[in-house]
Amino acid sequence: MLAVLVSAIRFMPFFLFGCTGEIITEKSGHLNLGIPGIICAGGAGGSLGVTLYMKALNGATPNYVLLILIAVVSAFIVASLMGAIYAFLTVSLKCNQNITGLALTTFSTGLTQFIMKNFVEIGLISTASTLFKYSLPFASSLGWFGEIFLSHGILVYLAIAIAIVTAVILKNTKVGLRLRAVGENPAAADAVGIKVDQYKYTAILLGSGIAGLAGCFFILDYIQGGYDSYYIMESLGWLSIALVIFTLWKPNLAIFGSILFGALYILPNTNIVAAITAQTAIKKAIELIPYVVTILVLLGISITGSKKAQPPASLGVNYFREER
Amino acid sequence: MNNSVALELKNITKTFGKVVANNNVNLTLKKGEILSILGENGSGKTTLMNMISGIYYPDEGQIFIDGKEVVISSPEDAFKYKIGMIHQHFKLVDVFTAAENIVLGINEKFNLKKVNSRVEEIASKYGFEIDAKKYIYNMAVSEKQTVEIIKVLYRGADILILDEPTAVLTPQETKKLFDVLRKMREDGKSIIIITHKLNEVMEISDRVAILRKGEYVDTVETSNTNEKQLTEMMVGKKIDLKIERTETDFDKPLLELRNLNIKGDDGSKKIEDVSFYIRGGEILGVAGIAGCGQKELCEAIAGLRKIESGAICHKGESIVGLPAKQIIEKGISMSFIPEDRLGMGLAPNFSITDNMMLKTYNNNKGIFVDRKTARKNAEELIKKLEIVTPSTETPVRRLSGGNVQKVLVGREIESSPNVIVTAYPVRGLDINSSYAIYNILNDQKANGTGILFIGEDLDVMLALCDKIMVLCHGKNMGIVHAKKTNKEELGLMMTGSLDLSEIKNKEYGKAKDSNLTEEEWQQEHLKNENMGDNDND
Repeated sequence: MLAVLVSAIRFMPFFLFGCTGEIITEKSGHLNLGIPGIICAGGAGGSLGVTLYMKALNGATPNYVLLILIAVVSAFIVASLMGAIYAFLTVSLKCNQNITGLALTTFSTGLTQFIMKNFVEIGLISTASTLFKYSLPFASSLGWFGEIFLSHGILVYLAIAIAIVTAVILKNTKVGLRLRAVGENPAAADAVGIKVDQYKYTAILLGSGIAGLAGCFFILDYIQGGYDSYYIMESLGWLSIALVIFTLWKPNLAIFGSILFGALYILPNTNIVAAITAQTAIKKAIELIPYVVTILVLLGISITGSKKAQPPASLGVNYFREER
Repeated sequence: MNNSVALELKNITKTFGKVVANNNVNLTLKKGEILSILGENGSGKTTLMNMISGIYYPDEGQIFIDGKEVVISSPEDAFKYKIGMIHQHFKLVDVFTAAENIVLGINEKFNLKKVNSRVEEIASKYGFEIDAKKYIYNMAVSEKQTVEIIKVLYRGADILILDEPTAVLTPQETKKLFDVLRKMREDGKSIIIITHKLNEVMEISDRVAILRKGEYVDTVETSNTNEKQLTEMMVGKKIDLKIERTETDFDKPLLELRNLNIKGDDGSKKIEDVSFYIRGGEILGVAGIAGCGQKELCEAIAGLRKIESGAICHKGESIVGLPAKQIIEKGISMSFIPEDRLGMGLAPNFSITDNMMLKTYNNNKGIFVDRKTARKNAEELIKKLEIVTPSTETPVRRLSGGNVQKVLVGREIESSPNVIVTAYPVRGLDINSSYAIYNILNDQKANGTGILFIGEDLDVMLALCDKIMVLCHGKNMGIVHAKKTNKEELGLMMTGSLDLSEIKNKEYGKAKDSNLTEEEWQQEHLKNENMGDNDND
């Protein structure tokens, strides 16, 4: 069990970055279905940044802080650029959000393949990725406590920190109140002088950037640059969006939600399942559980009709001030 | 009274594409006065107010506040000049509390205690009742309006603009609102109020400004004018303000409803144990605050919504469980005008002709639709109801609200029904169009049609209807003769403070000369009960 929990936490940042990013975006009233693609683009961006840095080093030992910083910043920037495309199309040009998002996912996955195949050197990022796994040296000497809480790479803690900060901002600050107002009723926000478009752009760019860190984590930390397996990112990206519903648009709940989804993702490949069955069909069925759980949560929201557990009221609806 | 000018508009012009919404409009608002703005639909009242509150920006013209020219290009600017607007459709965030809505967008530290005490201070000063911690989705319409008003007062507004504030209120609530407005006036606030109701204009305002088709007509002192003169200025010609009540001999009950129970979309009871009947040649009005089960009642009669229990009989035959199409074929027509006016009954992207065909395409033989006849009908309708449209083929979405409505009501009457169920047929219509609709209904009544008229304006209902049924949270509060009642009584019934159905016996709302015998009714009830059970299995 401990091993499952530790592995789940190890994989959790992927879901948590994606989920937090999508929550921030959705709180502004925009359903960004481009997130799976943006996650991929973030991964490509991070890999590209690291490749360039390693090339510049020319064989010298990379600096830990600088390496992480370059990876995170370049992933954030590339993902935000993708978010900017989405924001421009949906906020400024008022295009349909779903279609724009889906198109962006298709485009971004293609772009990711292009960058990964042509500009990224897998050997270099494999070397660099050992640093991402670097954890506190005394963690292993602290037994189960150390294993669960201290044995992870830096991105695990970054993901949790971002989720907590986001939760606090959304719930307890003026900025959070305004952002929520924009997503609930943009006309109301506009009438009290909140700059609606500005909030939407900021939320989408920030959300996309954070989601992009999921890709950065996946390639540089989790699979350590493993060649050609980065296409899994897109399908897992959809789970991040499902997780937003599962956690009722709350980033603090998303921390636990992503550990659960992480556990369900790795479960089929653990000894526990292997001990029960060797059939692939059952393993595949277990992989379906997150999707089933999400549908059940949606059912729950619909049945209880709880006003507080609803998605932002104007999610998916673009705002025109002069519409009559 | 202080006579200095608080706000002045000079030669304001605003166009939307080719439509001129405001043309060279002038307006002055004195300090400490209540100014009514009167005008038909589409005369540009709301557009003009939106320019003062920063939602729209004028194409031409100047705005002066306290004698100084200002530029108001956003709602923020409006707040800076202490202008606050209470919109017709409330701009509130449902999942926030009153306090959160009130402080939203203000640049001060969010301290709930301080907010609450300031809100209470404002509330007690002007005589509001408000619970700052209550969520908006738990509030009644009048409470939401209170939040909107406090929201602008909290921001220190000195000029308040209210866009049709009384449209959603009962007479009692309106009186309360007017008391509050008078207190504000005493406090030196300047208030602009937009309303369609002439009696309210006369009651509350010091002066009245009149707009007609986007042009400024005049501003008059309320004490020097009367309703008739105001109407003439507003419409531009003399019209008779009296609504005729066509007197007819009532036939046997056409449509009878007994002990009806209907659930809403959210599973709550929307209509509870309601019984009533409509005779041929009778107009039965239904009064009630919005959302008291009117929509569910209409849908149940039209066969669009299942009933929980009870019976609905048309000419002695049960229509419960029949598909909507068969109900239409029996001659029952339903038209519901929702608040957004486009939501029900018409396809916005279809032309008038296509919309006419939606109800008649079934009469065509063969697989092709008969567009020619439909177009001819559409042309007749346009002429008869004076619908303003470029052609019969223009999508109805492009027409103004009032014209869309004429298409809907016109189409329903075109099918020569024997029962008309119409909800809010004049919602948002100007005086001329409203009277056109009343005349149509009276004509139908004279032909022996039974009409269920669900309305908002009590004055109109008192003049037009024979009897008025009042609904309060889905319960029948009583059915009264229009000639023997008054607005106050109806208002008390609407809020549930007066229940006339209780003092009478159990047979309330059931016709003595019913088409069915008591045993047959019993059977109907049992049949429909069982039907509900089957659905649950």
